[in-house]
Amino acid sequence: MIHVLRPGLLTTVQDLGRPGYQQYGVVVGGALDAFAARVANLVVGNDGNAAVLELAQTGPVLQFSHEALIAWNGGDFDATISGQPLPRDRPVRVAAGETVNFGVARTGLRAWVAIAGGIDVPLVMGSRTTYRRAGLGGHQGRPLVSGDELKVFAPDERATAILNTLSAAQKRATAWTVRPETMGRQAPAGVVRAMRGPEWDWFSEDAQRDLFAASWQTTKEADRMGVRLQGPGLVLVKPREMISAAVNTGVVQVPPSGHPIVLLPSRQSVGGYPRIAAVAGVDIGRFTQLRPGEKVRFEKISLLDAQELWLARERDLARVQLGLARMTG
Amino acid sequence: MQITPLGDSALVVELGDAINESTHLRVQTAWRALAAGALPGVSEAVPAYTTITLFYDPWAVVQAGAPADGIVEWLGARVRERLKNPPKTAKTKPRTVEVPVCYGGESGPDLGRVATQAKLSVEEVVKRHTKAEYRVHLIGFAPGFPYLGGLPKELVTPRHAKPRMAVPAGSVGIGGEQTGIYPQATPGGWNLIGRTPLRLFRPEENPPVLLQAGDIVKFRAITPDEFAKLQEARP
Repeated sequence: MIHVLRPGLLTTVQDLGRPGYQQYGVVVGGALDAFAARVANLVVGNDGNAAVLELAQTGPVLQFSHEALIAWNGGDFDATISGQPLPRDRPVRVAAGETVNFGVARTGLRAWVAIAGGIDVPLVMGSRTTYRRAGLGGHQGRPLVSGDELKVFAPDERATAILNTLSAAQKRATAWTVRPETMGRQAPAGVVRAMRGPEWDWFSEDAQRDLFAASWQTTKEADRMGVRLQGPGLVLVKPREMISAAVNTGVVQVPPSGHPIVLLPSRQSVGGYPRIAAVAGVDIGRFTQLRPGEKVRFEKISLLDAQELWLARERDLARVQLGLARMTG
Repeated sequence: MQITPLGDSALVVELGDAINESTHLRVQTAWRALAAGALPGVSEAVPAYTTITLFYDPWAVVQAGAPADGIVEWLGARVRERLKNPPKTAKTKPRTVEVPVCYGGESGPDLGRVATQAKLSVEEVVKRHTKAEYRVHLIGFAPGFPYLGGLPKELVTPRHAKPRMAVPAGSVGIGGEQTGIYPQATPGGWNLIGRTPLRLFRPEENPPVLLQAGDIVKFRAITPDEFAKLQEARP
């Protein structure tokens, strides 16, 4: 059992989302950086889709009633365990009775915490992701509050082996790390890569130029559904109405105000605003780390480049997975 | 038919450029051919008014045989092939779902506004609203929320300039040419003309909704007493 002593700002149970139900208006949701969640799970021997905790800005304080193997990644939280810095990007042994305080994010905004075995909450429509708007999934359909108790499934053999090794050596954590940021090819700091959207041609030449030339600032209108950006107004060549259709994570849609919104995994299933661009799938994680008021630029890439980046990252992950399997037998 | 990329992990299959019955039927037919499991690496096919959007994992599509530098073309070819030779499915007549609605009063505070706008009596608005047949074009905006086509022209009423902070669950609204039913209590700007006691979103059931794209909806006027009797418990 994991006791939630303090919940943090917005701590939710997430897996890789609830696909298959958008036709009924049910959002996909899931970890905002699905790749980071998969890597955290991999590190503790879980299936990539096991339920993890997603933290935002201020992390929770958790007390473990039993020994556990955990791993976390994402933003730079000043996390501690029994008063000592909590190692990141690797398996960490938590002894029965110990308390982990995830502190606050010094840079970045979000982090993902995997626990060997995965968090044991009921599957709702095939997923353990918290669906706040409908009040279902995750832990009682809502973010964690003080006093909550989380159950965990039994860890995999690999996790048990790592735990035993760490215990025998009286070590807190392994020396090896697995960092999602090192896989594939990263964009320069402060940059996310994006490709043209379906309505690119609807926008004025100024808008097309400004999108990739301007420095954009994230606003406080930001949540798990999307982030509104402040910058030059993006206008259409002539007013045009779109027929509502499905949207995708990363889509940059532009309402009549001209201020673009970048859609994130908890986006609505249907949208009706022109889509000037789409953020590359591999850079969604970086986007979700932007704090309100932070600046970001878009770098123009082709769809082919975006998919090559996607495949390169998956190849790297597959190699790491193989390496880990060999190492831990 | 056009196939357009939507970012690096979705394709939009366009089957028309206007909202109408024939496009809707084309979307429904194509959707049955492209639905779950029909295409490798595709996790979801989501129908809307004129489109079907396919969500895919580029890695999974390459594992299934697509060339790394031609994922979109490879998948697009599979879509066209599939639509040219659709699997044989029994022709099904659309489902007609009757939705009981308590019109006016507390349940429909804007019924009078719609009547004034239409230059009709309140009774006549209810008569015309219940007489029409509505097609569920798509479900979206909120879980279980149906976008309905078929609103009689005279009932078209502009939305409120300032949305209500809370619209009760089950409210039947008119927003411009559109009409729909709010499954959950949410903010909303449509004109509320009545309320159904039925639950539109049923997460414990499969499918988790009362109405699905393709269904025909008929409204039936009920009294406040009937509303109370039919009111479904919301878990």
